[in-house]
Amino acid sequence: MILVFIEHKDCVLNKTSLEAIVAAQSIGKDLGLKVAAVLPCDKDCALAQEIAGYSLEKVIVAKNEKLGTYTPDGYADAWEQVIRATNPQYVVMSHTYQVRDFAPKVAARLGREVVGDCIRYKAEGGKLVLSRRIFLGKLDADVTIGGDAPYFVTFQSGAFRGENAENGTAAVETMNVMVGDIRMTPEAPFQEAKATVDLTKSEIIVAVGRGIKSQENIALAQQLADVLGADLAASRPICDSEWLPIDRQIGSSGQTVAPKVYIALGISGAIQHIVGMKNAGTIVAINKDSEAPIFDIADYGIVGDLFDAVPVMVEEIKKAKG
Amino acid sequence: MKIIVLMKQVANKDAVLRIGGDEKWINEADISQQTNESDGYALEEALRTVEAKGEGEVVVCTLGPQTAKTVIKDALARGANRAIHIVVEDSKTLSAYQIAKTIADAIRDENADLVFTGLQSDDASYGQTGVILAELLGIPHATIVIEVDRASLGDTLRVKRELESGWYQWFTYKLPSLLTIQSGISQIRYASLKGIMAAKSKEIREVTPSVEAFASAAKIEKVYMPLKTKQTQILGNGDAKAGAVELVERLRTEVRVI
Repeated sequence: MILVFIEHKDCVLNKTSLEAIVAAQSIGKDLGLKVAAVLPCDKDCALAQEIAGYSLEKVIVAKNEKLGTYTPDGYADAWEQVIRATNPQYVVMSHTYQVRDFAPKVAARLGREVVGDCIRYKAEGGKLVLSRRIFLGKLDADVTIGGDAPYFVTFQSGAFRGENAENGTAAVETMNVMVGDIRMTPEAPFQEAKATVDLTKSEIIVAVGRGIKSQENIALAQQLADVLGADLAASRPICDSEWLPIDRQIGSSGQTVAPKVYIALGISGAIQHIVGMKNAGTIVAINKDSEAPIFDIADYGIVGDLFDAVPVMVEEIKKAKG
Repeated sequence: MKIIVLMKQVANKDAVLRIGGDEKWINEADISQQTNESDGYALEEALRTVEAKGEGEVVVCTLGPQTAKTVIKDALARGANRAIHIVVEDSKTLSAYQIAKTIADAIRDENADLVFTGLQSDDASYGQTGVILAELLGIPHATIVIEVDRASLGDTLRVKRELESGWYQWFTYKLPSLLTIQSGISQIRYASLKGIMAAKSKEIREVTPSVEAFASAAKIEKVYMPLKTKQTQILGNGDAKAGAVELVERLRTEVRVI
C-alpha cells in the first residue's frame, strides 16, 4: 500500500495534496500497489468525503482532539501510528513547508529518512529511482533508497498536475490515534500585511534578483516595467534586503504567478523561486551565468550583463511603440 | 544559556560546477567553498540571543573535512565562543540520517538549551538534518524560523515560522528545543579585526566519529545536468546588447506584448 498525506487547514484542502494523490496513483500503477489517503483531524473531517471521490482504496481520518491545529509533535504521533497500523510500502507527500516540518521526524522515529523535494521518478525492478535537484537547482541527482519499507518520498510542487487525479469511490474510515504531550504552543496563522499588489493578475512581470546588485539599480528594472506596462516583482533576497516590499516576492513563500510574460533579471532560478513563476506563458531570462537554472525553463535567454541589456531593451521598446 | 549552531561548508554559490568522474557528486578539487548561507543566519541569531540574555555561550558545530575549519574559524571570529569539529573527510557520502545521528552523538552531552541550524544546505539540500537531530535528541523543533522573540526568552521561547504564500505563525517552544533558521532573518555581522585575533585562542574540539552504516540510507546513484523542460532560444550569442534588440523583436512579433 501507498499512504498519501492530505494537507488541510480547518478541513479546507491544500491543493498541492491533489498533486500528491496523482503521484501516489502513478506510483501505485507502476508498482502494483493500492493507495490510501490519510487526513489528520480533530473531528470527522469534512474533507474526507471530497477525498473519497478520488480513485483510492480508502481514506483514513486520523482523529484526535489535539490535531485541530498543526503541530509537529501532534502530526508525528498521528502519522507514526497510522504507518505502524497500515504497514505501507511508500508514504507520499507534497513537499510543502508543513511536510518539511514533520515528515523527517516521523521517518526518523521509524529509523528512516525522507527522499525530499523530488521532481520525478521512474520504477525499476519494483523500486523507485527518484530524481531531485541539488546545488540550488544547478544539478539533478538520481537517488535510490536502501533498507526495508516504508519509504518516505516528497514531491516538489508542480511535479504532478493535480487536475490529473483519477476519480473513484473510496471508503472513509476513522482511526482514533493517541497523541502525547505537545511541546509547542501555536498561535493563529496570519498574513504580515495585506498584499497591496496582486501580482497574480499581472499580464507582464519584470522580476529582479541578486544580479541587480543594489537598491539604486532597481530603478532600471522599473524603467523596463514602465515601458512594457508591467508590474515589478522580486526574488526572495531582494525582499529580505528590503529593496522591495515583501508583497513583491515571487516564490514558495511569496506569490505564485502565471503572467503572459515573465522577465527574470539577474535571477538564478532557485527552486523556491521557480515554483512561483514557472507557469508563466513566456519566460525570459537575462543572466551572466549561462548555467543558471533559470535557463532550464526559459523560452528566451540572454547570457550577459543585465546592465547592458536592459537600457537597450527600454530604448528598443520605446522605438517599437513609436 | 548554551546555544549550539550547526554550520556546514558548501560549494561557493557562484562556483562553476563540474560533475565528478564517478558521476555521483561534483568535482570539488578546484571549487571554492563557503559557509552555507542559512547557517550564517543561524549563527547570527544565536549570537543575538545570547547577547539579549546577557550570559551564555555559542558553540559552533561542523561536520566535514579538515577544510571545513575555515567555516569554524570565521564563526569564531564573528563571536562564537568555541567549536566542535566532527571530522569526516568523505562527508558528502553520508545520508541525512547518518549526518544527524553522528551530530547527535557528538553534542548530546553538551545539553544545550537551544540548537540552531540553517534551513537547508545549498549542496545536497536535504533540509531534514535539524528535524532528525531534534528527534534523536528528544527535543522539540521548529523549521523555517523567520523571527525569534528574544524578549520572551525564559524556560520557553516564542518564534515566528514562515508558512507558504505570505502566511506566518508564532509558536512558543519549551526549552531545550531546536530551530532551523530561514535566510534573511537579520543582518549578518562581519568579523572584526579584534574578533579575528580573539578567534585564534578559542577552543576547537575535534571529534573523530565512527559513522554507523545505515541500511535505509538514500543513495545518490548519479548526478547530471538538469533535463531541460524547454528549448531556450539564446539570443545575442553572448552580446547582451544585441540580445536585447533581438529579444524586443521577439516580444513584438512572436509573443506580441509590444
